[in-house]
Amino acid sequence: MSSSLLKLTAVNIAKDLRLEWRSRDVFNSMLFFAVLVVVIFSFSFEPTVDESRRMAGGLFWVAFLFSTIVALNQSWARELRNGVLDAYRISPSAPEALFLGKCLGNFVFVALLECLMVPLFVLFYNLSSVGPIWQLLLVLLLGTWGLVINGTFFAAMSIRTHNRELMLPLLLLPVSIPAVATMVEATKDVLTGEASPVPHIKFLAVYCVVFTAASFLLFETVLNAE
Amino acid sequence: MLPSRLALPLPCRPLRNIEVTLSTQALPVQVQNVSKIYGRTAVLRDVSLELDAGRFYVLRGENGAGKSTLMRIVAGLSRPTHGSVRIFGRKGSEQLAHLGYMAHAPLVYDELSGMENLRFFAHLYGMESDAPLEEAMTRVGLNPKLSRRVGQYSQGMRQRLSLARAIFHSPRLVLLDEPFSNVDPESAGQIAHLLAAMRASGTTILLITHQLGLLSDIADEFLFLSAGALVGRSSASRVKA
Repeated sequence: MSSSLLKLTAVNIAKDLRLEWRSRDVFNSMLFFAVLVVVIFSFSFEPTVDESRRMAGGLFWVAFLFSTIVALNQSWARELRNGVLDAYRISPSAPEALFLGKCLGNFVFVALLECLMVPLFVLFYNLSSVGPIWQLLLVLLLGTWGLVINGTFFAAMSIRTHNRELMLPLLLLPVSIPAVATMVEATKDVLTGEASPVPHIKFLAVYCVVFTAASFLLFETVLNAE
Repeated sequence: MLPSRLALPLPCRPLRNIEVTLSTQALPVQVQNVSKIYGRTAVLRDVSLELDAGRFYVLRGENGAGKSTLMRIVAGLSRPTHGSVRIFGRKGSEQLAHLGYMAHAPLVYDELSGMENLRFFAHLYGMESDAPLEEAMTRVGLNPKLSRRVGQYSQGMRQRLSLARAIFHSPRLVLLDEPFSNVDPESAGQIAHLLAAMRASGTTILLITHQLGLLSDIADEFLFLSAGALVGRSSASRVKA
């Protein structure tokens, strides 16, 4: 990866973080949605500690999957406002820098959300982990990247469609099902300590590598599609 | 007499294998038999056009004649259904560093200030210094020190910032889609004066406008589009006569 690509990626990340800091469009909507999921489910069920460990993975990843979808639509929408994406397209800058910058920016937003939401999950569901925490961190890291890389790519695909809010979940969810199912299983395995999450973590790592490479290669075509 | 190879006057660090020299032999724009069809509607029909270096062209036509579509195709933002476009003798994205484009929309972020916007776009062209950005802001009549976000700008100020974004990298070809809309008469005159200076320095300009009075003294040639077809071109002196 060339140094100029890295530099341009950094410029894009800085721009996205600055835009988000000033508007807070993306983060507020993500946070609101995730908190709603946690609170509503905590009122709906009164699980024991063991039951919490079994179901927390599912709740956790469903909350982040849908929060991510909300965020991704908005992160691309701001590139369409005032036609800014056209200014990028007529510049000599590599499209991959825009994509990578957008992915890393979205990763920061989702990771920040997770940092805020994990203590809430622990509090509302009385969670404690039987397995090692570092494995849970690895699942979080890979799971988040898997969601963000696919989500950013498919959001770029759907931004010019009339029903982009509907189109993104339609495109993203079928592709994400194997990853989400694996994240849920891996999280449950770490929390309950009943099985090793290592095979799931390996699958997630392969999933991330494959979809990162594919998205990276196809992004220019998606960006210039009419 | 121009040298056979002209150095690009910006510190370009391109990422798409763009040559940093321009062949002065090649015409800035060559449009060959371009048609654009959306569904069953032909927006452009077999348009062929060549623009010479250092001249000022005004593209005219009724609403829906295909002016903006033609400009987007020349800018590389839209692909023609048939035909081809060459910019400085090359197809595709190879000459993007030499192109400046101003659209109907301002192509800037509302959440950033004018200079922050220009700084971001300057990075995309491999430019680090603020000096050419401040100069571009000043030339369009905006204060580079203005810290207000673009979302709080008036329409006219946005329009001027959009022009600054299109010209800050000293492009050799500038495409302007209605640069005088929403701009007060005094500022419009200032912009026309700026465009005249750019043309005098060798920049080729293709501009769409309905406000011909501003350009009567600086335009070289008028191109007429009607219902997607190029129906005529005439020199500015003939139009004035």
